[in-house]
Amino acid sequence: MRLALRLALLLAAVLALVACSEKEQVAEFKRGKYQGKPDNQSWANDPLPAEFRGGTWAKGDRTAWEEQIKKRQLAQHEYRRIYQ
Amino acid sequence: MARMKFLCDAERCIECNGCVTACKNENEVPWGVNRRRVVTINDGVVGAEKSISVACMHCSDAPCMAVCPVDCFYRTDDGVVLHDKDLCIGCGYCFYACPFGAPQFPQAGAFGLRGKMDKCTFCAGGPEPDRSDAEFRKYGRNRLAEGKLPACAEMCSTKALLGGDGDVIADIYRERVLRRGRGADLWGWSSAYGVKPGAQPPVQQPAPTRGKS
Repeated sequence: MRLALRLALLLAAVLALVACSEKEQVAEFKRGKYQGKPDNQSWANDPLPAEFRGGTWAKGDRTAWEEQIKKRQLAQHEYRRIYQ
Repeated sequence: MARMKFLCDAERCIECNGCVTACKNENEVPWGVNRRRVVTINDGVVGAEKSISVACMHCSDAPCMAVCPVDCFYRTDDGVVLHDKDLCIGCGYCFYACPFGAPQFPQAGAFGLRGKMDKCTFCAGGPEPDRSDAEFRKYGRNRLAEGKLPACAEMCSTKALLGGDGDVIADIYRERVLRRGRGADLWGWSSAYGVKPGAQPPVQQPAPTRGKS
């Protein structure tokens, strides 16, 4: 009887402490979902037509998309934009 | 892997609110919701007035994600913190947790009923299909999926607000500071913790030598 009571208390304590745990915040993309929420990766899209200046990358080509984003980032660097 | 961040240069921000307007226009944010705003300290004091543009900072360890009771937040591969409005219950816990006041709640009814949370998405949309009408209506434009950066940063006239991969924009800012020629006082301990300019730094004691002399 006392053992059962101890086990029940232990179980209750464990369950109570589970609420204190912290959720994992690392990005994980699995089967079209980020941590259970559906979304696409940014590079899994076709680029915009040329007149919208969205750059060029092949759908799904992450490296090419990152290069495009890096170009836009460096365009914020007016010293390089002006003097080079 | 990119880790998207915003960086606002208080030396350059002129409180024009161009970033706020760009965000409002690009995402068609409803009345009363400000995903981005400009904060000014010492307003009107000559030489002491500073402004910075503030929105969701897409924290690496986001308090909003930690406190959300329905776990509606998620982080993308680019380090952008997004949320699913279909899961959000509009409780406002994230608003209390966020140190920047980023989560916004639209007034949904005549008696001030609190709607679902809305915040800066780093122009990365949300769970709906990328660049779809449904995504635009709920979360605004998905510029990252268009190969572009957030409208606020790209529209900033003085380039005070930088947006992009943390490493890249930190390099831009570092080069800018070096060109200003302000020296070490713009970086480091004294600027962060207010040691008087001109105060002597603590003398470094030589490390004790070991072994044979």
